Amino acid sequence: METLLALAIGVLVAAAVYLMLARNVLRFIFGLILISNAANLTIFVGGRLTQGLPPLIEEGAYAPVEGAANALPQALVLTAIVIGFGLFAFALVLVFRAFTTLGTLNSDKMRVAEPREDAGK
Amino acid sequence: MSWVLSLPIILPFLTAVLAFLLREKRAGAWVSVGGCALLLIASAVLMANVLEAGVVAGQMGNWPAPFGITLVADLLSAVMVVITAITGLAVSVYALAEINRRKEYLGYHALFQVLLAGVCGAFLTGDLFNLYVWFEVMLISSFGLLILGGSKAQIDGGIKYVTLNLVSTILFLSGIGLLYGMTGTLNLADLSLAVEDVENRGLLTVVAVMFMIAFGVKAAVFPLFFWLPAAYHTPSFSVSAVFAGLLTKVGVYALIRMFTLVFDHDIAYTHTILLWVAGFTMVTGVLGAAAQTDFRKILSFHIVSQIGYMILGLALFTPLAIVGAVFYLVHHIVVKANLFLIAGVAEKLTGSTELKEIGGLYKSAPLLGVLFLIPAFSLAGFPPLSGFWAKYILVKASLDIEMWFIAGVALAVGLLTIYSMTKIWAQAFWEPHPYDLEPKLSILTPEQRWFYLLPIAFLATLTIIIGFYPEPFVQFAERSAEQLLNPAAYIEAVLGEQS
Repeated sequence: METLLALAIGVLVAAAVYLMLARNVLRFIFGLILISNAANLTIFVGGRLTQGLPPLIEEGAYAPVEGAANALPQALVLTAIVIGFGLFAFALVLVFRAFTTLGTLNSDKMRVAEPREDAGK
Repeated sequence: MSWVLSLPIILPFLTAVLAFLLREKRAGAWVSVGGCALLLIASAVLMANVLEAGVVAGQMGNWPAPFGITLVADLLSAVMVVITAITGLAVSVYALAEINRRKEYLGYHALFQVLLAGVCGAFLTGDLFNLYVWFEVMLISSFGLLILGGSKAQIDGGIKYVTLNLVSTILFLSGIGLLYGMTGTLNLADLSLAVEDVENRGLLTVVAVMFMIAFGVKAAVFPLFFWLPAAYHTPSFSVSAVFAGLLTKVGVYALIRMFTLVFDHDIAYTHTILLWVAGFTMVTGVLGAAAQTDFRKILSFHIVSQIGYMILGLALFTPLAIVGAVFYLVHHIVVKANLFLIAGVAEKLTGSTELKEIGGLYKSAPLLGVLFLIPAFSLAGFPPLSGFWAKYILVKASLDIEMWFIAGVALAVGLLTIYSMTKIWAQAFWEPHPYDLEPKLSILTPEQRWFYLLPIAFLATLTIIIGFYPEPFVQFAERSAEQLLNPAAYIEAVLGEQS
């Protein structure tokens, strides 16, 4: 199971890096979304995987049974997903604004804040 | 005890809510100033507690460490919170004059306060994942502040700022996942103990480097700083000032914290990388500044260059070098925020920050000239201003362990800093105005004049005080360095006696 997930993370990262190397800012953002999911899966696997043992505490007991699933990474991943969702919503709107105000999604052409020395000559 | 620790985080959040509700009225801006004043008081109380107890720790929700979230303040955290409050207060007063009604309506003051909450949270947390959350709080509010107003240059700079910071966030998150997988804990004090039991030392170093890159992007070190000069000159001057003063310094703080408390297992490897990074950061920053002709762009590149000095202190990793890094951190926040505020006044008077377009400010506004000289000379390291002591300690620390070359680099970069500062001085203040205008301070309304100049004078006074009476500050930095290099007190305060 760990091997499968590790492979899945590898594929996600590879696809993400490919997308992030594009000049188009929108593709960059899509790559970022993929790689953030790879990071989430990394945390998930980092907590070790167990099958069919939910971290529930029996009535009368004080701790879950030995070898139960680790609930903490799931809480962490959930937090990271929520935060990531907010950030990417913002980033997508920003890219849309960039397209409407700057008229391009090509990052090479975004030179308003840092104009070339020879511009306008 | 935990109230003392959580107030510097709760107060800005409450202020943010109130400021957002009052955003249509002028009162919203004053709420922001009041919130910052309360924050300053809260941080002073925290500082008093820390000075007495050494390290103050509190468990949120009474879950014992390492299971719950710990807030902890040692001397470094406490001084960073105090300086955050001071910068926040100065900038919020400045914003009274600078931020127009439209930006206020869009929620400037609320975002600003959330930013302060995020910064304080990052300084006070004792939990790695919680640090990530505070970084995000800071990041999302800084995104908002950066593009508030929505001019072309802001959107352009914003794209670069947002995307590169998100990449760093994801690296940070993956690093957290891997570190948790290896040690099974996220509490910083517990991690400090747990990393010693990790068998795969190589993997630990890999994770250390992941953290180094993630925080390196935030701190804008070479070769990861490109987002900073692309974005910092585009927003309002209040925003620039608070970004320049605080945001990159949170990255430096995180580096110092992680590489003294957790990742000190392979100093020969990690801290050698940091040393090279420090050298290149200093040099590229100052050379980049020399090539610029815009007031704010020069200052932006100087942030990069100065970050190099702080990383140098961490990289040398001797007690004196850490003293230097802490002293530099505090001095730099005051000076850098002030320089951006002054650039703002220069722009209001002359209508531009392009040095070719402004001039004659010394003749027409001599007060501003004097106020500029103090932080500018301090940045360059003129005795007896604060920057001199900061640089002196770091150079002495490198000479003590016979690192002649890096000491030479630090001195040469100081010299080049003077070059940039004299360039600003000569073109903006000394030379006559290109269109023979005389931009006097009296073109501002009396109210504006007070709100612009009061914070600048306040921060300049602080610079002078640190410069003329450096001893208590150096002693403080010494105590703080001692704590950083011997984390036993920190660990005991968080985990209790059992360790």
